[in-house]
Amino acid sequence: MSLDLSPYQDPLRIRSALACRRVAVVGLSPNVLRASHFVGYYLIRHGFDVVPVNPREKEIFGRTCYPDLKSIPGGVELVDVFREPAAVPPIATEAAEIGARALWLQYDVISEEGIAIAESAGINVIVDRCIKVEHARFFGRMHVLGFNTEVISARRKRP
Amino acid sequence: MQDQSPKKPPFGFATRAIHAGARPDPTTGARAQPIYQTTSFVFEDSESAAAYFNLQEYGNTYSRIMNPTVAAFEERLANLEGGAGSVAFASGLAAQAAVFVTILEPGDHVIASSALYGGTVTQLKHLFRKLSVELSFVNPDDPAAWRAAIKTNTKALFAETIGNPGGNVLDIEAVAAIAHEAGAPLIIDNTFATAALCRPFEFGADIVVYSATKFIGGHGTSLGGAVVDKGDFDWSNGRYPVIANASPAYHGLKFHETFGTYGLLMKLRTETLRDLGAALSPFNAFLLALGIETLPLRMRQHVNNAHEVANCLARHPQVSRVSYPGLATSPYAALVKKYLPQGAGAIFCFDLAGGRAAGTKFIAALELFSHLANVGDAKSLVIHPATTTHRQLSDTELAAAGIGPGTIRLSIGLEDAADLIADLDQALGGLS
Repeated sequence: MSLDLSPYQDPLRIRSALACRRVAVVGLSPNVLRASHFVGYYLIRHGFDVVPVNPREKEIFGRTCYPDLKSIPGGVELVDVFREPAAVPPIATEAAEIGARALWLQYDVISEEGIAIAESAGINVIVDRCIKVEHARFFGRMHVLGFNTEVISARRKRP
Repeated sequence: MQDQSPKKPPFGFATRAIHAGARPDPTTGARAQPIYQTTSFVFEDSESAAAYFNLQEYGNTYSRIMNPTVAAFEERLANLEGGAGSVAFASGLAAQAAVFVTILEPGDHVIASSALYGGTVTQLKHLFRKLSVELSFVNPDDPAAWRAAIKTNTKALFAETIGNPGGNVLDIEAVAAIAHEAGAPLIIDNTFATAALCRPFEFGADIVVYSATKFIGGHGTSLGGAVVDKGDFDWSNGRYPVIANASPAYHGLKFHETFGTYGLLMKLRTETLRDLGAALSPFNAFLLALGIETLPLRMRQHVNNAHEVANCLARHPQVSRVSYPGLATSPYAALVKKYLPQGAGAIFCFDLAGGRAAGTKFIAALELFSHLANVGDAKSLVIHPATTTHRQLSDTELAAAGIGPGTIRLSIGLEDAADLIADLDQALGGLS
């Protein structure tokens, strides 16, 4: 029954999603110790235009917090989801409605229905991966803490 | 223009042994791994400094916790084992202590193989008992013994891929299943096999520890150790509040919830390594990472030489027993076929028919073998465990570890096998 997630974890797809600049973080927590907060902070630090989505908050990181994707003026390119899997299908529907290019489901946010909705709208879907880890793997400094980036290249990168 | 796919690893073991963790230095273009011999790293600005200390960003702060040369070694080893990452330590014993200190609390119970390296037994029996950790030692060859030792407070199962020095080969899959039924991780010391011969994660192990001093470095130059984590053990299963709950040692951070796959590694590095202080030096990391570049080649030759030597000894009249698991007659032959198809390493024991006195005389007569307390060197090594590495153990514990009074341990190096055989032959000849 379990869906093969590997197509949604393909490095080409991941790198293409990471080319988006305006990112809605759905379920972003104001608590500095929550994973979503770590990720939101990291994305802002690396130049992403982060739009918080959380109906319970007014402002996070000094940025206006929106109750849902449709309320965001001008929309977003990527929707990053920190919610329980059951919450994903309506989020995928909204992501399609606002013309998002990518839907990113964080660790354990696995919803076959949500994936199907987004894919049928032509959205690039990433599943069961952390956007902070993947950014750090391909473009950042994940390797400085001894993690296995699995990236092997003899090319010199710019400092 | 894409980097290689992480999901479909197209690169073989030898390629990864050379390239994993090695990036051409972005500043200078240096192709060999630079040795970052520095205690500390200048922050770009105050916000970056805060982000590094808060673990919101991956960055270097202080070499007791992380260092770029050490990180290159860590990533290379983790890549070869198939783990999520690794944390290096000043020695294998430090790495091992760090795992236990990280996952255990007073009153927890650990089941360990009775056929472990003597230093490990001593660490568990004395240091960890002093920290109120309860221990059971079991015959590693008997899965039923592992199962029978499980208690409600069992938090870890620990064994070596190939026992030191008895040569017991662990049925990793069977013991991992028993550990997981109990909701506990299986921790494997893979020092004797290395990732070149066995990758315990492929058989269900959760954590691998190393003395990198041995085959990983490979030339007897540098102490070092490492913990490699597979990254998928569920520390939030209710049995490990010390990892799952808010950590008072890191301003309330919940390591497993926040970092998921990387939670244990983050805790090991930013709390345990920070607090124990047993950091690997950048120079040692450089030598150990360099050693890994030739690991697959060296292990092939170690195994070939060990086969030749063990087969010769097995036929010698002065020798009563050869415990090389790679011998066709070994009781572990079936396990070797499953877990060590490319060879059962190069460290083994044999018993002299003449017992303790013969052992002393034999070692004195050797010319090429170095008499010292180490294994996994390019040079062939010899030792008499009962009077050296395992001398803290009682006779009963010695017997449980498969060691007799006349047991000699060999670590077969990379010399010509014929020269090694000739040296052993002349020393054995002097006993008759």
